[in-house]
Amino acid sequence: MMAGITVVAALGLGAAACGSSPAASSSASGHVTISVDCAPPASSAQQHKEWNEDVATFEKENPSITIDSIYENPCEVPASFTAMLGAGTEPNVFYTYFTDKDQVLDAGQAADITPYVNTKTVPMLDDIVPSAMASVTAGKTIYGLPTSNYTQGLVINRQLFTEAGLNPNDPPTTWAAVEKDAAAITKLGNGIYGYGDYSAGNNGGWHFSSELDAMGGHMINPAGTAASFDTPEGAAILQALHTMRFVDHSMSPTQQLEWGALQKQMAAGKLGMYIAAPDDIYNVIVPQDGGNINDYGMGPIPTATGTPAGSLSGGNDYMFAKRDTPAQIEAGIKWLVFESLTPGQGVYFNFARQKADGFPVGFPEPQLFTGSTEAQYDKLLDASATINPSYYSTFANSRETPMGEPVDAQAVYKTLDPVMLSVLTNPNPNISQLLATATSQVNQILANSG
Amino acid sequence: MVAIARKADPAPHLGRSRAAASLGRKARRNVSAHGFLIGAVLCFFFFSWYPMYREVIMSFQKTQLGVTSWAGWANYIRIFHDPTFWVAWRNTLEFTVLALIVGYAVPFFVAILLNELRHAKGYLRCLVYLPVMLPPTSALLLFAYFYDPNYGLFNDILHTLHLPTSQWVQSPGTTIPSMAMISVVIAATWMNMGGATLIYLAALQNIPGELYEAAELDGAGLVKKIRHITIPQTRLILSMLLMLQIVATMQMFVEAFILTNGGAGVNNNTLSVVNLIYTYAFALSGASNYDSASALGVVLMLVLAIFSGTYLWLTRDRDHG
Repeated sequence: MMAGITVVAALGLGAAACGSSPAASSSASGHVTISVDCAPPASSAQQHKEWNEDVATFEKENPSITIDSIYENPCEVPASFTAMLGAGTEPNVFYTYFTDKDQVLDAGQAADITPYVNTKTVPMLDDIVPSAMASVTAGKTIYGLPTSNYTQGLVINRQLFTEAGLNPNDPPTTWAAVEKDAAAITKLGNGIYGYGDYSAGNNGGWHFSSELDAMGGHMINPAGTAASFDTPEGAAILQALHTMRFVDHSMSPTQQLEWGALQKQMAAGKLGMYIAAPDDIYNVIVPQDGGNINDYGMGPIPTATGTPAGSLSGGNDYMFAKRDTPAQIEAGIKWLVFESLTPGQGVYFNFARQKADGFPVGFPEPQLFTGSTEAQYDKLLDASATINPSYYSTFANSRETPMGEPVDAQAVYKTLDPVMLSVLTNPNPNISQLLATATSQVNQILANSG
Repeated sequence: MVAIARKADPAPHLGRSRAAASLGRKARRNVSAHGFLIGAVLCFFFFSWYPMYREVIMSFQKTQLGVTSWAGWANYIRIFHDPTFWVAWRNTLEFTVLALIVGYAVPFFVAILLNELRHAKGYLRCLVYLPVMLPPTSALLLFAYFYDPNYGLFNDILHTLHLPTSQWVQSPGTTIPSMAMISVVIAATWMNMGGATLIYLAALQNIPGELYEAAELDGAGLVKKIRHITIPQTRLILSMLLMLQIVATMQMFVEAFILTNGGAGVNNNTLSVVNLIYTYAFALSGASNYDSASALGVVLMLVLAIFSGTYLWLTRDRDHG
């Protein structure tokens, strides 16, 4: 008897070691549960509170739907996201970058939600900007709904600008001016550096792409078949960064930085300028890192001429898992419209609540809508604005043309990370060789995925 | 005595039944052990042997739009044509050699030192083993701070001593050995030497003391004692640990990954083979390719298997074949 129990126990232990991860489910009784990720964790106290309030309100209005929130920050780590798709363990409604569409389709994990998306289920559908909808559409098939988009500019610390004798209302618009202002700010000493940039976690390549787009260049040719960043513009960007690092010493010796690091430096008053989208200020620097909203402003991305040709434009969306039932897809669409697409409510657009909770309100981002929805959005935003719009006027007035992200974006960014790292850590980099090697690697990536 | 021809056993099935019964009794006596063994076998099957089998299969496949098809040798051809493939092997061999020079010899001599000490042995053994007990990620994050070119402890000490500072793991050089790789080796050795030290210490303590007494009577100094007694007496342990260390260091990943924030170092100078497998599988997002990653994994497995087999054959005990 004991021997038999032992065998069963041992088998059970062996089987338990294998583990499993059941997804949220829908029941035969009509009640549906959907798992949704990218919920703000408890460490982001106010945003966590707002999300939970919204879930409670939504479930009260829709008693047959339960939202199973998955709290995390950041919302996506590219390597983990790839593994999640490979295993098919994504939530029912899962957060993605605009650049992830092809990867999700290739993994066979995207549900076709076209039959469920119309102006009845998504009232603002016709007002969503076409470039954002394109990121969740392949041909005529819709696979998700966009929830935010961005263009990038130059975030500045107005306090440090003033202390360095610079005009914070006139941020630099050329790389030459950035170098000059960065040098002035670095002279303040005390561990303060004038400029910062990324060189790890795919963020170095991402920023290089953005900087190149502003200069009028492109990472990949229009046909999507070859790299096109080995140009005088690309070399000029790298040279400017190298000069700031090794000639002016206006960049920190600590490199290999990825997303999150520069925001902390900005919040701590140790950084004069870096390139980012406005949501870095209202989502990270002020609420999470404790920065003072009145210390920041924005200008356009630097270029050679002072006028950006455009800005890398990206964004985020939610897609639906292939295994979702029709009831789960309908519930997910309802949730997304409630939480992420209706001006005046939800995590992004409940401006009155954001103001009451102490968040900065009034930034010129996202620019997700046109038409009557945009008009409604602008009205609500202006009514609750807390920031001084003049701090962002040069950025808003530059009207940077949104330029999409390159094909196989994350792979391209990863390949350019070592290029950025090299110019920021090697006193004598061979910039043309770095660009040539990266070109060859990116061409290989494009050929392999073609 | 008359030989009596043995007739054929009229009931051979009874003999087989007796053997089966005997086996059954043995099995029933050991059913607990077999029961627990089944669990371990199942774990090995699901987490080790089956993944290896799947890896080999996947290395000959390709997947597009969720559909898997046969790819032949395409994945292997692709990885052999990737310039970073050769860089990764060069870096891995560089790490292995450096780790052997530092991480193989240092624990042995630390063990000898510990063996000679008369006081605070237990305390020192604990101190030597303490880094092994730290989770690798925590230890490496600590080293990442130590190595920071701006705020790190090491450069702070060097600066205080008026010595030139270093960029450590952010050093751009690619000549062998590179400062970046030396930095990785230092961190890896500090994290892992405790285990090897204690194994060597156990082996040293099994050496009969009379051998050393006899050597002292013959006038042998410390170096001669180590050369003629310690090393020969611990030959088997040294040999086995050498092979294990080579196999382990050829699979280096977490050290370079954490110290370079998930990257491959400046000019890919800390990119290892396993790091490249990770890159193929996960780090290229839409261009990620489990099939190429599997192919490289199979290549690494074959290299290590050939090395291990050759090493064991060369170091076999020739007296016993």
